[in-house]
Amino acid sequence: MAPTYQLKRLDFIFKNENDWKEILVGKINLPPQELINELISSELKGRGGAGFPTGLKWKLTSEEKEAVKYVICNADEGEPGTFKDREILSKVPLKVLTSMAICGYVIGSKEGYIYLRGEYFFLQHELNKAIEEFVAYCRKINFEFTIRIFMGSGAYICGEETALFESMEGKRGEPRNKPPFPSVSGYMGKPTVINNVETLAHTYTIFEYGAKRFYDLGVQYSRGSKLFSVSGDTPKPGIYELELGMSLVDFVDEFGDGDTKAVQVGGASGFLVPRKRFSETTIGFQGKLTGISLPTGGSMMLFNSSRSMYNVLDNYLEFFREESCGQCTPCRVGCQQLLNGIKAVKRGEKTAGYLEKLLRLAETMQFTAKCGLGQSVANSFSSIVENFREEMIY
Amino acid sequence: MTTKIKITINDLEVEIDQGTSILNAARDIGVIIPTLCYHKDLCVAGNCRVCVVELVGQKKLSAACATPCEEGMNILTNSFKVRNSRKHIIELLLSEHNADCTRCYKNGNCELQKLASDFKIMTQDFIRLVPFKNYTIDHFSPSIIKDDSKCIRCQRCVRTCEEIQGVNALTVAYKGDQMKISTFFEKPMNDVICTNCGQCINHCPTGALVEKNYIEEVWDAIADKSCHVVIQTAPAVRVGLGEEMGLEPGTRVTGKMVAALRRLGFDAVLDTDFSADLTIIEEGSELMVRLKKVLVDHDSDIKLPMATSCSPGWIKYIEHMYPDCLGHLSTCKSPQQMFGALAKTYYAKVRNLKPEKIVSVSVMPCTAKKFEANRPEMHDSGYRDVDYVLTTRELAIMIKQAGIDFQKLIDEPFDRLMGESTGAGVIFGATGGVMEAALRTVYELVTGREIPFDNLNVTPVRGMDGVKECSIRIENPLEEWEFLEGVELKCAVAHGLINAKKVMDRIVSGTSEYHFVEFMACPGGCLGGGGQPIPTSPEIRQKRAEAIYAEDQGMPLRKSHLNPEILKIYADFLSKPLGEKSHQLLHTQYIRRERF
Ligand SMILES: Cc1cc2nc3c(=O)[nH]c(=O)nc-3n(C[C@H](O)[C@H](O)[C@H](O)COP(=O)(O)O)c2cc1C
Ligand code: SF4
Ligand code: SF4
Ligand code: SF4
Ligand code: FES
Repeated sequence: MAPTYQLKRLDFIFKNENDWKEILVGKINLPPQELINELISSELKGRGGAGFPTGLKWKLTSEEKEAVKYVICNADEGEPGTFKDREILSKVPLKVLTSMAICGYVIGSKEGYIYLRGEYFFLQHELNKAIEEFVAYCRKINFEFTIRIFMGSGAYICGEETALFESMEGKRGEPRNKPPFPSVSGYMGKPTVINNVETLAHTYTIFEYGAKRFYDLGVQYSRGSKLFSVSGDTPKPGIYELELGMSLVDFVDEFGDGDTKAVQVGGASGFLVPRKRFSETTIGFQGKLTGISLPTGGSMMLFNSSRSMYNVLDNYLEFFREESCGQCTPCRVGCQQLLNGIKAVKRGEKTAGYLEKLLRLAETMQFTAKCGLGQSVANSFSSIVENFREEMIY
Repeated sequence: MTTKIKITINDLEVEIDQGTSILNAARDIGVIIPTLCYHKDLCVAGNCRVCVVELVGQKKLSAACATPCEEGMNILTNSFKVRNSRKHIIELLLSEHNADCTRCYKNGNCELQKLASDFKIMTQDFIRLVPFKNYTIDHFSPSIIKDDSKCIRCQRCVRTCEEIQGVNALTVAYKGDQMKISTFFEKPMNDVICTNCGQCINHCPTGALVEKNYIEEVWDAIADKSCHVVIQTAPAVRVGLGEEMGLEPGTRVTGKMVAALRRLGFDAVLDTDFSADLTIIEEGSELMVRLKKVLVDHDSDIKLPMATSCSPGWIKYIEHMYPDCLGHLSTCKSPQQMFGALAKTYYAKVRNLKPEKIVSVSVMPCTAKKFEANRPEMHDSGYRDVDYVLTTRELAIMIKQAGIDFQKLIDEPFDRLMGESTGAGVIFGATGGVMEAALRTVYELVTGREIPFDNLNVTPVRGMDGVKECSIRIENPLEEWEFLEGVELKCAVAHGLINAKKVMDRIVSGTSEYHFVEFMACPGGCLGGGGQPIPTSPEIRQKRAEAIYAEDQGMPLRKSHLNPEILKIYADFLSKPLGEKSHQLLHTQYIRRERF
C-alpha cells in the first residue's frame, strides 16, 4: 500500500523576492563546495523534464577545467497548456537571476543567458529591467556576472537542451547526440549548466531556507514542491504549488469535477492515468514508489466522461508529428505511422490487431529515438491505447 | 597517448582506444553494424538510428556511430531488441520512401535497398506514407536531379555541401513530417549557389540525388551513321572506372577503357589528357605574362596569384562567392572545353569532316562538367563545343548494357589525332596535378633546366592535405626571363571548396604571397569527383591517387611541352600560345553571380 498524503498547497515560489541581495552576497562568500553540498542534500531534481539532480549537474560542470562556461535558464516553455515559467519570470524574476548568478559563482561562469520562448516577447521589457537592476548590483559588489536574453524561435523542440544550444548558435534547432552532455560540452562547446526556470526558483528557496526545509517536503526520490498547471475538465484551472508525492486520488478530489475519468500527468509527453489507477499513482519522479509519473512541465489535464480518449490521443500525436524536429527516423516516421495507424483502425481500414503492432512501434521509438521527444511519445500512446482500447476501435 | 579501455562486444572482450565509437570498435573485430547516415568523410549525425545497439543494463538503445566506448561497456549488436528495432526503422524508412526500385537510377547501388534486402523486409505492415506527401522532383539543373521521394533525410548531402564544400546550397527545411532537404527559398538547384560539383550525389545513400544522365542521347548519336561521334576521356576516369567493373580501387584500366569505348561504337577514342597538356602550355604562358606585367611593368590591373580554371565547380563557386576576384582566374578553358572547341575545328579540318556532323562526347569524373558544357559561352567552334558529358558511372552503365566483359578486354591505345598525352596531362586527375604539370613546364621553359625535384615528382603538392604550399626559387633564368632572377615562385594547392575558401580569404584579405594557386572543387581533385564511382572514402581516393601517379611514372613523356601532338597543333593550327586562335578557341571569360 502506498501511503497517502494530504494535498498540501505551498507558497515558496511566489513569495516575495525582497531578500535577493542578502542571499546573493551571503552565498557568494561561501565556498562553492558548500553550496553544491547544500543542493545535493536537498535532493532537488530538475523541473524541466528530465529530472536530473540539480546539485550533481552543478558539481559536474564545476569540475570541468575550462576558462569559459555558461549558465543558461531554459524559459522556452513550449508544453501546451503550461505557463508556470512565464508566471515565475513575471512575478519573481530576481529569484531566477540570483540563482543563475550563484550558479555562475559555483561553476566558474561569468555569462548567463535566458532562452525565452518566442511567444513571451512581452516579458522581455520587464525582464530586461530586472536584469539591469541585478547586473548593476553585481557590479556594485564587484561580482562579475552578466545576463542576456536570447529570444527563441518558436519551435517546441528548441526547449530540448541541445537543440536550444544549436538554436542559440544560429543553427537549426536539432538535438545533438549525447554524450557529450552539456556539463562537458554545451553552448559553444563549453561546459554549461542549463536549468529550467522553476528549478532555479527552487534553488533560491533552498538557499533561502536551507536544504532541510525543502527535503522535508515530498517523499523519497521526489523532494520539495512543484508548480502544476491544472487544466481540462476542472472547476479551478490554474497554477498551483503543491507538495510532491501526493496521490492522484487526493488531486482529483481537489481539482476534479466529480466525473473525472482520466488524468494526463505531464502533458503530451506524460502518461494518461485512468480512474482505476488513481489510488495507486503518486505524483513524483519515477522511482521505487508505486505508480508512475514524472511531472515534466507539471501539466495536469483532467478529462471527464464526455471526452473521447481517441480524440485526445489524436491531438497529442498531431502535436508530435508537427513538433518533432524531423531528423531521426523513429520519431519523424514513427509519429506519422502512429497517427495514421489509429485513424486507419478507427475507420476500420486496419484491424484492431494493428494496435499491437503500433504499441511495439511506440516501444521501438522509446528505445531508439535520438531525444526525449521521440522517446516519450510512447508514454501517452501506450497508456491511452492500453487503457482505452475500445475507444480506439469503436 | 591514448588510454586503452576494455569493453565487451557480443561476449567478446576487446581492448580499444578510449573515445573509439562503438561502430568502429565493432568493425575492428569484424562485427558489422548497419549504417545509413554515417559516412567516413563526414561528421557524425546519428539521425537514421539504424545502427542502434544494446548496452546491457540500459533500457534505451544507443546509436553505435555516435556513442563513444566507455570502460566496461557490455555491447550487444544483434540482440532480440536490436534486431526488432532495426527492422522497425528500416520499415519506417521504406514506408516514407518511394520504393520504386526497378525504375530507380540507383537500383543496385542503394544503401537503403541493400538493408531492405539484408533484413528481408518482405511485407508492408505500415501504412504507405508516400501518397500523403507532396514530393517533387527537381530536374532543372543540367547536372543534378533531386528527387525528394527517394530521400531518407540522412542529411549526408547537407553535411557534404557544408563540411567538404562550404557551399551550404542544401539545407534542412521545415520540421516534423514536413522536414525535407531544400535550397534557398526552395528554388531549383540550378537557381542557387550549387556548384554542380556532385559531391552530394557521391555521398547520398539512395537515389534522391543523382546525375542527369545522357546515356540514351549518346546511344542515339552512336546509332546515327551520319554522325561522327568522338569521345574524350578525362584522366581520373581511368583510375575509377575499374571500381564499377568489379576491380579493386586504384586499378588502372586505361587500355581496357579505350577498348570498351571502341566496342561501344565511338568513331574516335581520344584523350582529354592531350588538352590537359595544351592547358599547361596556355596557362603556363599566361602565368609568365602576368608575372612580367606585375614584376616588370608594375601593371596594377593584373591580378596575382593567378588561379587555375580547370574545375568548373570551382569556377561557379568563385563566380558566386568572390565575384570581385574573377580577375585572378586564368582565362584558360578547362581541358574538356579546349578539347571540344578543337574537335569541331582543328580535328574536323585535319580529318576532313563536317563540324556539324561531329558529336562531341566526353566522359568525366565530374558532374559540374555537364553544367560547363551547357554554358552559353561554350560555343566557340561555331557549334556547341561539347555535346554530351557522361560521368564515369554513366560510362560503366553503357559498358554493362553493351554486354562487354570488361575484365577480359585487351588493352588498346587511343586514336592518333588528339589522343597523345604526357604524364603531366595524366596527373591533372589528382589534387596538385595541374600545379605539378605547370611547374615541370614553366620551370624548364624559364631556366632551360629540368625542375629540381627527384624524378620530376613535385612531392610538396601531392597528397591529401587540404591546402598545400610549395615555393621554387628561380636562378639563372634564360635571357628572356631575366626579370625572374632570384624570384621565389610561391604556389598553393587547394581541393574541396572548404579549403578553396581558406585560400581565397587569404587572397582577399591581402595576406597571401602566392603567385599561382591550383583550385579543385572536389576532395582529392578530379579523382574524387562527383561523377566517380560510389562509394567514396579517404582510402579509396588515396588508392586512385596512387594509380594516377603510377600512370604518370609509366609514361614515356612526362612534360607537356614535349608532347609531339602539342608541338604539331601549334605549328599547324594555333601558331603560338596565347595567339589569336588560342584566344578565340581556348580562352573564356566569367560572370558575376549572386551569393545564394
Ligand atoms: C522535446 C523536449 C522539450 C523540452 N522543452 C523544455 C522546456 O520548454 N523547458 C525546459 O526547461 N526544459 C525543457 N526540456 C528539458 C530540457 O532538455 C532540459 O532537460 C532541462 O532544461 C534541464 O533543466 P532542469 O534540469 O532544470 O530540468 C525539454 C526536453 C525535450 C526532450
Ligand atoms: S526524437 Fe524527434 S525531436 Fe528528437 S531528435 Fe529525433 S526527430 Fe528530432
Ligand atoms: S553539387 Fe556540390 S555544391 Fe551543389 S549541392 Fe551538391 S555538394 Fe553542394
Ligand atoms: S538527398 Fe540523399 S544524402 Fe541527402 S538527405 Fe536525402 S537520402 Fe540523404
Ligand atoms: S548510422 Fe548511426 S544513427 Fe545513422
